[in-house]
Amino acid sequence: MRTLEVKNDSLSEMEKYESMEHGVDGMKTRCPSTDIKNKENDEIIITDCLGERYMGCAKKSGILRIKGTPGNALASYLDGGTVLVDGNAQDAAADTMNAGLLAVRGSAGDALAYGMRGGRVYILGDAGYRAGVHMKAYGDKRSILVIGGRAGSFLGEYLAGGIIIVLGLGYEGKDITGYFCGNGMYAGTIYLRTDKTPLNLSQNLIKRDVTKEEKEKILSPILSDYAATFSLSLERCLSGGFIAIEADKSKTYGELYAAV
Amino acid sequence: MRRYRIRKDESCILCLRCSRECSFGAIEVKDGKALLFNHEKCTDCQRCVTFCPTGAIYITEDENRFRENSVFKDDDIKEIILQAKTKGVLLSSMGAQGKNIPIYFDKILLNASQVTNPSIDPLREPMETSVFIGARPAKIERDANGKIVDNLPPHLELKTPIMFSAMSYGAISLNVHKALASASEALGTYWNTGEGGLHESLYKYKRNTIVQVASGRFGVHETYLNTAEAIEIKIGQGAKPGIGGHLTGKKIVGDVSKTRMVPEGLDAISPAPHHDIYSIEDLAQLVMSIKEATHFRKAVIVKVAAVHNIAPIASGIARSGADIIAIDGYRGGTGAAPKRIRDNVGIPIELAIASVDERLREEKIRDRVSIVASGGIRNSADVFKAIALGADAVSIGTAALCALGCHICASCHTGKCAWGIATQDPKLMERLDPEKGAEHLVNLVSAWTSEIKEIMGGMGINSIEALRGNKMALRGVDMNEKELEILGIKYAGE
Amino acid sequence: MKREGEVRISSGCAISGIFCRDGRRISGEAIKKSIAIMHNRSNGLGGGFASYGIYPQYKDYFALHIFYDTISAREEAERFLDKRFDIINLSKIPTRQSGKITDAPLIWRYFITPLPHLLQDSQLDEMEYTSKATIKINESIKGAYVVSCGKDMGVFKAVGYPEDVADFYRIEEYEGYSWTAHGRYPTNTPGWWAGSHPFSLLDLTVVHNGEISSYDANRRAVEMYGYSCNLLTDTEVITYIIDYLTRKQGLTLKECSEVIAAPFWTTIALKDEEERERFSYLRKMYSSFLITGPFSILVGFKGGMMALNDRLKLRSLVAAEKGNTVYFSSEEAAIRVIEENPDRIWAPRGGDAVIVTLDKENKQ
Repeated sequence: MRTLEVKNDSLSEMEKYESMEHGVDGMKTRCPSTDIKNKENDEIIITDCLGERYMGCAKKSGILRIKGTPGNALASYLDGGTVLVDGNAQDAAADTMNAGLLAVRGSAGDALAYGMRGGRVYILGDAGYRAGVHMKAYGDKRSILVIGGRAGSFLGEYLAGGIIIVLGLGYEGKDITGYFCGNGMYAGTIYLRTDKTPLNLSQNLIKRDVTKEEKEKILSPILSDYAATFSLSLERCLSGGFIAIEADKSKTYGELYAAV
Repeated sequence: MRRYRIRKDESCILCLRCSRECSFGAIEVKDGKALLFNHEKCTDCQRCVTFCPTGAIYITEDENRFRENSVFKDDDIKEIILQAKTKGVLLSSMGAQGKNIPIYFDKILLNASQVTNPSIDPLREPMETSVFIGARPAKIERDANGKIVDNLPPHLELKTPIMFSAMSYGAISLNVHKALASASEALGTYWNTGEGGLHESLYKYKRNTIVQVASGRFGVHETYLNTAEAIEIKIGQGAKPGIGGHLTGKKIVGDVSKTRMVPEGLDAISPAPHHDIYSIEDLAQLVMSIKEATHFRKAVIVKVAAVHNIAPIASGIARSGADIIAIDGYRGGTGAAPKRIRDNVGIPIELAIASVDERLREEKIRDRVSIVASGGIRNSADVFKAIALGADAVSIGTAALCALGCHICASCHTGKCAWGIATQDPKLMERLDPEKGAEHLVNLVSAWTSEIKEIMGGMGINSIEALRGNKMALRGVDMNEKELEILGIKYAGE
Repeated sequence: MKREGEVRISSGCAISGIFCRDGRRISGEAIKKSIAIMHNRSNGLGGGFASYGIYPQYKDYFALHIFYDTISAREEAERFLDKRFDIINLSKIPTRQSGKITDAPLIWRYFITPLPHLLQDSQLDEMEYTSKATIKINESIKGAYVVSCGKDMGVFKAVGYPEDVADFYRIEEYEGYSWTAHGRYPTNTPGWWAGSHPFSLLDLTVVHNGEISSYDANRRAVEMYGYSCNLLTDTEVITYIIDYLTRKQGLTLKECSEVIAAPFWTTIALKDEEERERFSYLRKMYSSFLITGPFSILVGFKGGMMALNDRLKLRSLVAAEKGNTVYFSSEEAAIRVIEENPDRIWAPRGGDAVIVTLDKENKQ
């Protein structure tokens, strides 16, 4: 049985949640999100979640704990709230996320954190294809995506800012990204805890080893927060060498065109 | 016969550069300091205009016209007068200019993805323009362990679906061949020697060369056949289907004579047909003899002009053992052709591609051969449309020459090309720097390839083979139902 | 307005599949539950199911499911069948009226076998003989449409949400070792019964999510080999390509997947020599059958199931295992709803086919 527990609030929310199951005209939706995102300062716990979409969508504050398998577009447009998932996330989680934290104690599907502008997305397990595509940084916002396991093909494609870290925990010595890693990225950095160059890395990218100093200064603060979130050992997360992938800024797309 | 008028304005500084650049004798120097314009000799090649340091010179259509007549136009009357005086067959060059023959490429519009499937950004996502062309067997074969055996005949690998058309040494200069060969190497595509043999200095470009065997068999020998990745048997060309060639003895000098293996000063005649091919079964014999001579390691192309019954002709070629069929359309260029033939014989390449592709599919043999289309391809959109209509790849001739400086004045047959392209005059030849020329060719084909990727990406297609014959990508405008039916496309809005 | 088949319709979708490797036959209840949870991925304009192992008492006969618009279409089709086949059994397919599924055609089921002397005269094997006959019905008998024609299998489809389609066909009363389901989101209205999925030819069924960009190149290629794409849907052309490559060209399903979802040349270049040769050969040999654009498909066949994504993995696909049972779905939730704790759950890589077959001792 699915339960909805709203701490610090009346139990009448339960009824609202059930009533949302048959919503919009003609297209039934299984989306309790409208109510949940409005409960800004509460901690809400949902158990036995099963495919409900848009959980925590645009949530500005408060905490949403989900047990089970939330549906697509989890924590999309997340705007400062915290979404904690005990289970796997499906496709398009953290889409266009602006601020806050999405932590998944499990794996994520395809198109994770697409166009994310700020906040943190922590995945304990693997990510599917196209994680971190077109992530950005703007003003004081800097998006951070940490994947504990490995990532699928097209990781960080079109990356425009922010930081992606793939730790490959449990995949030591193996490829921890798929094909076409970082294709077309023009800003931001992808850090990989490996010494292997990603498969068919584009000629327009620069691969370099990460210095001890950079590890200390950039990676350590992020990973200590990540490790704390999932009760992992920071030492393990930071162990071994990291490589960084960045855009070769000397190659611009402007050269491609000739004005008529 | 005066068609153009040469003028200059007051900014002329009398540097006399124009007279030095003009190879047609249209601008002469009088008394060492004044310019004399022989308007009737001007071909409007734009060489003088390009090199005038002050922009003082103008070439315009001659505004003196015959009295207007709705039937007999100015050119008609001029040509009558010329023929009345000379008894000559009108000779011209470059591609057909039939004024009422539509360019179907311009009546075809392309599709793009919206919502239901994603478009693809070609700058970042993988986008494949490589094409393998050649024959395919009807079935796979397996060895005793069940492993698939490679039973594919030799294929050409093109990094981009654009090759350079056959243009012979003799018709064009060695520097043009040099530029085409080295650009092909850089681009990962192929150039074609045409029927005038292969100059020894170009043997090193073997991996990117297609050699041609035409009815004159000039310069054809064992080494020639094996210094290429494919051999093209030329039956005909779009500019002059059914017509042979004639390179005058005056041009058979020096290396041209050596390369063609024709004695100096002797005319080089390409008979209209191959006199060993009077029927389709004879073609099969020539194809097989070339394969034998090349140890079955080279692909064999058969090039034909797009004529009325091109579909059954192509079907016959496909069954003759040829790996690739090259079809040259109505608008294909030439170094010299009778004007009446050029402008009145053959059919546009768009219709030819569509009908050949459809016919080979009806006969279940489209996958067995590849089709290369040519004849008036002007830009990347034309390339794209040709492939979507059913071609595997295209060849460009005129467009490649434009990249080398040609302004299509259609005077190749005079041998006086001011741009150093269609000439064997050592002084004029020097005007074309093969390295610079190759760079321009590489730029042109690279730019077109980038554009093709953009268009493919917009349609959500990331491999050129998924575009071949993909007629859903096309819609027509300003066409009648018959034209749409032959092209196999729908009207825009349908 | 043009009906599907007269014009090409785009559509998005949900797919789901269950396969029991041990040959255990399970009721349609589970697959209905699985596809129902992805309600948002359909729009009520098409749903359907395919199942294998449902007709054990007639397993040696071709099972035909046919839609008829009119009684005269039925009479004509039955005359056609009677001339060419021995009809062992015929009946209406039982349905349940719920008000959610409307405009139903007449839905009939036949168990047939080719008349031996005609089969011999035709010089065809019984598969080709039957496939030709069903294509002929679809093409030439107005108002008749063969939904499926394999042995010991059947397709149940309609216009509606998949869970309502399941109720309509009383899917819970059938037991099979393999089930696939489809919920459709076409861009046109109204949907058409025959246009719903799964699409089927002989023992082959395909459910598909996505819209392929290579459609017309693929269609024109496969039509060369005697197939006729009447519905103009991606699923139809994919089904024919798989049938052509496996049944007529003799490729294995794995090789077939390497043709339709061929790796990029840059990826092929990274493989070891033997793999590189095989992939290059297949791409060059069957370049007309490369499918580009987004797709995830479940292919049901006698004794097995294949799940395959396009090479860029532009559509979602999740796989899971629990004991002898294998699950595939567009979304993980659709698996969790019927199997809460799988032994293993994973997302197959783009272009990497997952093929499951009955364990040896259960091969039928």
